[in-house]
Amino acid sequence: MALDLSNILEEAGHAIAQAQDLRALDAVRVAYLGRKGVITGQLKQLGSLDPGERPAAGQAINRAKQRFGELLEARRAALNESELEAQLSTDAVDVSLPGRGQRTGSRHPLVITARRIEAIFAQLGFSVAEGPEVEDEYHNFEALNIPQNHPARAMQDTFYFGDGRLLRTHTSNVQIRYMETQPPPVRIIAPGRVFRCDTPDATHSPMFHQVEGLLVDHDVSLADLKGHLHQFLNAFFDAELRVRFRPSYFPFTEPSAEVDVQLPGSDKWLEVLGCGVVHQEVFKAVGYDHERYTGYAFGMGVERLAMLRYGVEDLRLFFENDLRFLEQFR
Amino acid sequence: MKLSEAWLREWVELPVSSHELLEQLTMLGLEVDFTEPAAPPFTGVVVAEVCAVEQHPDADKLSVCQVDDGDKRYTVVCGAPNVRAGMRGAFAAPGAKLPGGVKIRKTKLRGVVSEGMLCSGRELELSEESDGILDLGDGLTVGELLQTALQLDDTIIDIDLTPNRGDCLSVRGVARDLAARNNVPVRAIDIEPVAATIEDTFPVRLDEPGGCPRYVGRVIRGIDPTARSPGWLVEKLRRCGVRSISPTVDITNYVMLELGQPMHAFDLARLNGGIHVRKAHAGEKLTMLDGSELELDQEILVIADDKAAVAMAGIMGGEHSGVEDHTRDIFLEAAFFATGWISGRPRRFGLFTDSGQRFERGVDWQSQREGMERATRLVLEICGGEPGPLVETVDEAHLPDVPTVPLRRPQIERLLGQAVTDGEVSGILQRLEMQVSSDGEGRWRVQPPSHRFDIAIEPDLIEELARIKGYDQLPEAQPAYAPRARPPAEAGSGMPGLENILLGRGYSQAVTYSFIDPGMARLLEPAQEPLALLNPISQDLAAMRTSLWPGLAAALRHNLNRQQPRVRLFETGLVFVGGGQALQQVPRIGGLACGPVHPLQWGEPSRTVDFFDVKADIEALFHNAGQTGVSLEAATHPALHPGQTARILLAGRAQGWLGSLHPRVVQALEIAEGAVLFELALAALLVGKPPEIREISRFPSIRRDINVVVDEKVPAGACVEVAYDAAPAIVREVMILSIYAGSGVVSGRKSVALGLILQDLSRTLVDQEVDDAVDQILAGLDQKLGAKLRE
Repeated sequence: MALDLSNILEEAGHAIAQAQDLRALDAVRVAYLGRKGVITGQLKQLGSLDPGERPAAGQAINRAKQRFGELLEARRAALNESELEAQLSTDAVDVSLPGRGQRTGSRHPLVITARRIEAIFAQLGFSVAEGPEVEDEYHNFEALNIPQNHPARAMQDTFYFGDGRLLRTHTSNVQIRYMETQPPPVRIIAPGRVFRCDTPDATHSPMFHQVEGLLVDHDVSLADLKGHLHQFLNAFFDAELRVRFRPSYFPFTEPSAEVDVQLPGSDKWLEVLGCGVVHQEVFKAVGYDHERYTGYAFGMGVERLAMLRYGVEDLRLFFENDLRFLEQFR
Repeated sequence: MKLSEAWLREWVELPVSSHELLEQLTMLGLEVDFTEPAAPPFTGVVVAEVCAVEQHPDADKLSVCQVDDGDKRYTVVCGAPNVRAGMRGAFAAPGAKLPGGVKIRKTKLRGVVSEGMLCSGRELELSEESDGILDLGDGLTVGELLQTALQLDDTIIDIDLTPNRGDCLSVRGVARDLAARNNVPVRAIDIEPVAATIEDTFPVRLDEPGGCPRYVGRVIRGIDPTARSPGWLVEKLRRCGVRSISPTVDITNYVMLELGQPMHAFDLARLNGGIHVRKAHAGEKLTMLDGSELELDQEILVIADDKAAVAMAGIMGGEHSGVEDHTRDIFLEAAFFATGWISGRPRRFGLFTDSGQRFERGVDWQSQREGMERATRLVLEICGGEPGPLVETVDEAHLPDVPTVPLRRPQIERLLGQAVTDGEVSGILQRLEMQVSSDGEGRWRVQPPSHRFDIAIEPDLIEELARIKGYDQLPEAQPAYAPRARPPAEAGSGMPGLENILLGRGYSQAVTYSFIDPGMARLLEPAQEPLALLNPISQDLAAMRTSLWPGLAAALRHNLNRQQPRVRLFETGLVFVGGGQALQQVPRIGGLACGPVHPLQWGEPSRTVDFFDVKADIEALFHNAGQTGVSLEAATHPALHPGQTARILLAGRAQGWLGSLHPRVVQALEIAEGAVLFELALAALLVGKPPEIREISRFPSIRRDINVVVDEKVPAGACVEVAYDAAPAIVREVMILSIYAGSGVVSGRKSVALGLILQDLSRTLVDQEVDDAVDQILAGLDQKLGAKLRE
């Protein structure tokens, strides 16, 4: 009996070692521990032994069974490990292959630029105001102290509809509409599309974008305007810039100034925006008391700033919507 | 305006270098656009006299000249038709170097040795035309270097003037600003009255004194019609960008450039009776100096004689009254025309003259006598003649009012952010030739000089103070600000959030024109009549967009035509619908997708984007805004495929469209591929509502799939809706798993596989209640839609 068991164990050990995969191993398990298995058979034979021999024989069989279980488990672990190894090796990928699926689109450079301007002025307490693009002559011209005979009002410069309406030539109409309904103090910027009768070329476009700003409070001065705009330009170009304010003329501001900057590494002055102290006539038009309040206003071209920041040299690129251009802003 | 630095310095002695001068001009608000040297470099060119001219023995068009450079005589062969004995010209002897490096050598021309060259203006790059050699006139010293004689060591300065500074459209005007800036006087230029030598006058009547309150005239008889403008005059005009025409015209231009007073010279013999400054009659015709015939109306001020209009006042003379080659008697005009009667007229008639430009902006109303005296002196000097007395016709009541502008000390600091001392205030304003009276306590009353038309209110004076002190001297400050917290937009919502959704889904953002081709509008949105521009720049940009699609479709075509087969674009912006007075300017978002659903890649089978890809993009936009209750209903749109078009609804209200381009539209657009388009009202998408949170269950969910067969016309969405309606509360989700029609399903019907997820918040479900729920759903589907469980 004892010899029998040791033979069985030896053979079983052999079979386990021979099993090349988990299925074969399971077959070995069934062959020994299944209903008709060899070890199961030994247990069945216990009944035919003398009662006196049974305990010892039972113990021996159980030891053999346990031993068999250990061998089986060890082999199973080894086979599992190698199967995992094989699986891992099969699953290995070529990491140099490109990622799959959708490719992100790109935000328009003019939108990026306008948002950058808005974000900087938001830090200075300005909120965004909007207004109509099809406007009347009053809000686009008269209320801004631009008289009937002013060259800007000619058909060569302004798009008209022939019924007293026109396409706004600046976003200053938003200033007027805002002040008509809101009392001071005011801190707004008005980004948006504006229109002038220009044939498209590298530096002209019949439609472009402006951001205008307006600050009204007690005692707002030209010095405040200088301070804010210098801060803005430094923040926009992310550099300590040389900035120059020089006298200019706009019907809706007095005093008026044009602002030039020197970009880092250049000694050339570049004109970037126009500004000034809000003209009394503008305050009169919206019912603000110019003795109590003063204000400053400024206006800048989004395209101009975008061209400087990105080194774009042809304005038309912004409106052609060529994906080869747009996707560079991804 | 172009002017010469040397001429400027004749008017004001400036203690600054050229470089500083340019800097000062720009910082005074007289922006220097560009500068250029008055002449290119050349050497060895001198003023020389042509002593004798003989025909070349062997060439018809050549002359053999004797030229004296003050030192020596040279034989020079010359081809210019205007060469004549006694003239003074620019002579380049052998060894001289012309612009561009051409070196002059002794050469033989048709057998005659030529010892140098008489130069044309063009050869010296002093003029554009080349109708002969430079005729320097008298008054220059023979032998002098041309650079010295013509003061060519000069800079031409081009100033970009703002429209309020008409007073700086002259050398004197610019000199005044520079003088004030540097606190030096403007030099007194001798403008002494000329004594009349004859008594002749010409009558002048001011019929429209509001338009012309002052008219100064003078008769000069017996001028020399063969006189020529001297070299210095031609040169001064040239440096201001004005071409020499004839002595009288050159002189009137000279006075205008120097003093800012436009003038006009009439041929006295061609004037009838007297001058009347009056409104034109409606329909009155006038042939201008440039040959154009204009029809005038009562908005136009004219200079007329007894018979007809002879000039458009302040803008351009007429053809039939101007000075001609043989004119001996002239009538000179120096008038003041009010801006209100001139502005807008040059543009209206396309007559952009130097005179019109000045009167539009405002000419000094006290400079007419000066102008006349200056011009008379020059005429007598250059053309000879006998001057009559200066006659001034004036309507004092209509001369411009001189405003008295108050100025208060605290206002200066309030507007500039910096105080200016009382002494400095008075000083600066006086340097600008203003009449200043002070009460000694920080209050002034100021009257601007007659040449300034831009000083009317207190801030105008404060700007002058800042301008003369220098804007760069003003401090930078930060206005006080009390920040207030405002509720921010929900993170990820609003415009940037919306854009991010589409960017992540492969769309690039476009910006297209707000005006479009009306043909494109008819093609894509035929039901809407677009608002048409009165003065479009071109026919393809002639109407306001009623939809974002025309612009996007044009961008699609642009890209497809440039080998970009996969196009995904979106745009946000206003569209203009409703037309007429009912016009609405509505913010929308529109987009299109064309070509493969994914960029060309290795691991994914290629498939063309379709309706449902874009539908998912739209749904993502609504989800991002926290908007539930979005539904699509089949609809038709003229630009879209009738079987692939949906109206998008939010809580039953129309939000926009989704659909594939109609094949006919694809053809009309001349593109090779279709596209899926969408357009939505923006308002609902920008909301960013916080979601309503549902409790999540700790108990397991159960999934059951059912497969029902319905009539093919029943929308799959209806199956889902009916299933939800029929289902008990434990059914959490119903989804469509597949749609099938074909073999195994009766023709005219389709099979819809629905996936059900069942779950309860408080317990684990038992089989019986799951089976009951499925039965209820099946019963509902059968009852409402005639759906049968597929065997």
